[in-house]
Amino acid sequence: MDLGLTETQELLKNAAREFLENECSETLVREMEEDERGYSPALWQQMAEQGWQGLLIPEAYGGAGFDFMDLTILLEEMGRALVPGPFMPTVLGGAVPIIAAGTEAQKQQYLPKIASGESIFTLALTEPSARFDESGIETRAEVSGTSVTLTGTKLFIADAQVADFMVVAGRSAQGVTLAIVPTRQPGVHVTPLTTIASDKQCEVVLDGAQGELLGADGAGWEILRGVIRRYTVAECAYLVGLAQMDFEITVDYAKERVQFGRPIGSFQAIQHKCADMVTDVDGCRFITYKAAWALATDQPDAEAALAVHMAKAWTSEASRRVVAHGQQIHGGIGYTRDYKIQLFFRRQKRGELAFGDADYHREIVAQRIGL
Amino acid sequence: MDWGDSTEQAAFRAQVQQFIRERLPEHYRNSEGADSVEETAGWQADRKSDDPVVRAAAKDWADALAEHGWIAPAWPKQYGGAGLSYMEQFIFNAEMAQANAPAVGGMGVSMMGPTLIVHGTEEQRQEHLPRILSGEVAWAQGYSEPGSGSDLASLQTRAVRDGDEWVVNGQKIWTSGAHFADWLFALVRSDPDAPKHRGISFMMIDLKTPGLSLRPIIDMAGKHPFNETFFEDVRVPAKNMVGEENRGWYVGMTLLDFERSGVGLAIQYRRGLYDQLEEMKGKSQPFVRPDLGAVRLEFADRAIEAEILYNFALRIVSMNSRGIVPNYEASVNKMYGSELHQRVARTGTKAWGLYGQVWDPKSAYSPMGSTHVQDYVVSVPHTIFSGSNEIQRNVIATRGLGLPRG
Ligand SMILES: Cc1cc2nc3c(=O)[nH]c(=O)nc-3n(C[C@H](O)[C@H](O)[C@H](O)COP(=O)(O)OP(=O)(O)OC[C@H]3O[C@@H](n4cnc5c(N)ncnc54)[C@H](O)[C@@H]3O)c2cc1C
Repeated sequence: MDLGLTETQELLKNAAREFLENECSETLVREMEEDERGYSPALWQQMAEQGWQGLLIPEAYGGAGFDFMDLTILLEEMGRALVPGPFMPTVLGGAVPIIAAGTEAQKQQYLPKIASGESIFTLALTEPSARFDESGIETRAEVSGTSVTLTGTKLFIADAQVADFMVVAGRSAQGVTLAIVPTRQPGVHVTPLTTIASDKQCEVVLDGAQGELLGADGAGWEILRGVIRRYTVAECAYLVGLAQMDFEITVDYAKERVQFGRPIGSFQAIQHKCADMVTDVDGCRFITYKAAWALATDQPDAEAALAVHMAKAWTSEASRRVVAHGQQIHGGIGYTRDYKIQLFFRRQKRGELAFGDADYHREIVAQRIGL
Repeated sequence: MDWGDSTEQAAFRAQVQQFIRERLPEHYRNSEGADSVEETAGWQADRKSDDPVVRAAAKDWADALAEHGWIAPAWPKQYGGAGLSYMEQFIFNAEMAQANAPAVGGMGVSMMGPTLIVHGTEEQRQEHLPRILSGEVAWAQGYSEPGSGSDLASLQTRAVRDGDEWVVNGQKIWTSGAHFADWLFALVRSDPDAPKHRGISFMMIDLKTPGLSLRPIIDMAGKHPFNETFFEDVRVPAKNMVGEENRGWYVGMTLLDFERSGVGLAIQYRRGLYDQLEEMKGKSQPFVRPDLGAVRLEFADRAIEAEILYNFALRIVSMNSRGIVPNYEASVNKMYGSELHQRVARTGTKAWGLYGQVWDPKSAYSPMGSTHVQDYVVSVPHTIFSGSNEIQRNVIATRGLGLPRG
């Protein structure tokens, strides 16, 4: 037992922080809010050179062969820097299911290109029903050999506007079935939505779109279970970094802003909010890493699942408390577009909702502890 | 980060589990609402109980623990402790809490002994440490006064030197367990003219000294856990001062170098929750409120929060083990743990609806021995003592985050 980082983890964390402080400025984050693609191809390529897209990918397929704990550490740093773009969709929505269920040929075809930054992926899971469970999958999948024809509407699909491929969950006669679908084909229609975080989530209409089977026909939900757990923890990790940075900016502000002749951080009403913020941020971090550890070390299924649901239930809510305090402590300046704290506030909501908010996961925790 | 036991840790855990399985006296098994490991006054009271069964259980358990040095797991071996590492203490405390086994030795083990080990003379150690370990002498803490609570350093109880003795006059309050204890460690004002932190001395006082008297204070649960302590010309031998004259504040505030992560509480709340969920489907099912749906998500929250607290505890020991001195992290534990305690009690009572108010554990209408309603009351002072939660937040903000003092 030990809640510290190992030396390699520490190195990874420091390297990521330094890289992102230089390469992912607030200016870039703001530019990407306006950008049609929503990401910077230059930064994307640099991240690939750091080995990030391929962090989880085995060395045999051009990756670095690190584990899920390492990815969690990296994602925390990305959340801190508010890195925009399709990193999580590509790694969690593309690489993870292909590593888990791809054929040897599929792994050889796709994984090296993910690692090199050449291919962008996304996961097309949710539909207008906005459900995260198996019954939410209604998109029709017709399987014929290894090819799949898909018809239906996918909604809230991250970065589909720039994705080269989507891992689509459809429903065949055998049940939920996954397919790798190239986005640039006549049967795929992508329309970005406007969202609170100014990110790029899309409506994806599949109209006889052609794809290739990923995993066995009907085995989709089995595969997705593991994918969703990892993606959920990844979202938590991003929120941990986001909340940590919001908290740091806020404490710095409280030390500098003077009213009534003294820094506002000397008022107990402000101090106690800051104390609650650090408690919440730390709480988020450990419960998130606990879930990451459970997945990375293959803890028993029920334990790992419970850890994941607990992590997302807590982190969704606690990170929201943090950014709300962040706004309050900043006073009027925090409400302006030009001051940075609002970037965190708006993005927190996206992370809170992704793969289910606190209410969703709390309900599952209740069921799993026998209520 | 690693939540799993190493091979050695797993072996030590198994050893502790086996020991508890074999040696914990019947009286302490499955006793509903038994005092927690943290509330050490429980064992202190048991050793003087009128009931011979309880007295025998307290003694047998102390004897069993003593065989391994586990009465004082943190003390160095040379003073009769087990000299456990931080992580071993963490595991030991976790397993004790899991089994609801009482810690033995009270404040003598947790506070007086470690203070003597750091600041005492060899003569003081030889005189007092063995009697703490044998259970012969129990200790109480005399810090707070009617006018000095959070602002402890303003204390007024006066000590004046007279030859080989100090003469003490004044009053302490909230002296927990003094009526079961034999000795008191106290902070007294030895120099009224010095700045407030620099005129305080630390003394060991025999509770049977003439001029010292106790008056019970009854708490809102109707129990008698603490007292007022009065001093009228109480003569204390000069050799009973610990550390230098007027340096008592620093003796009393010593960061005692042993595991204080509070893991016992995290385990206790978690165990309590899952026990209640079992009971709600079993014996106590008739008491479950008909609209349980209204509180089921609260239970999920409490279960998650117990994990948060466990992680905070594990963080402290991880830091200790790496030679890092925890700063604001310890205050986070105290604050979060005590507030969670109150929430756990609240959620617990809510599940029982109207039955959630039945106080008498023997009543035919008492769910789970009225544990929850009693805890609802007993948890109230946990956000007040050991540094109130307002003070903890002040400390986190100023010492931890570097915000300017108000
Ligand atoms: C059950 C119990 C057992 C105890 N056992 C012992 C014992 O064995 N020995 C012993 O010496 N003492 C003991 N105490 C005393 C305990 O340490 C004090 O109660 C505690 O220090 C608070 O002091 P107070 O009660 O005088 O409250 P006060 O200090 O008067 O506080 C009242 C309120 O004001 C707030 N407050 C005070 N100062 C500040 C500040 N600077 N900023 C913000 N808010 C502030 C507090 O947080 C609290 O909410 C015990 C207390 C209880 C309840």
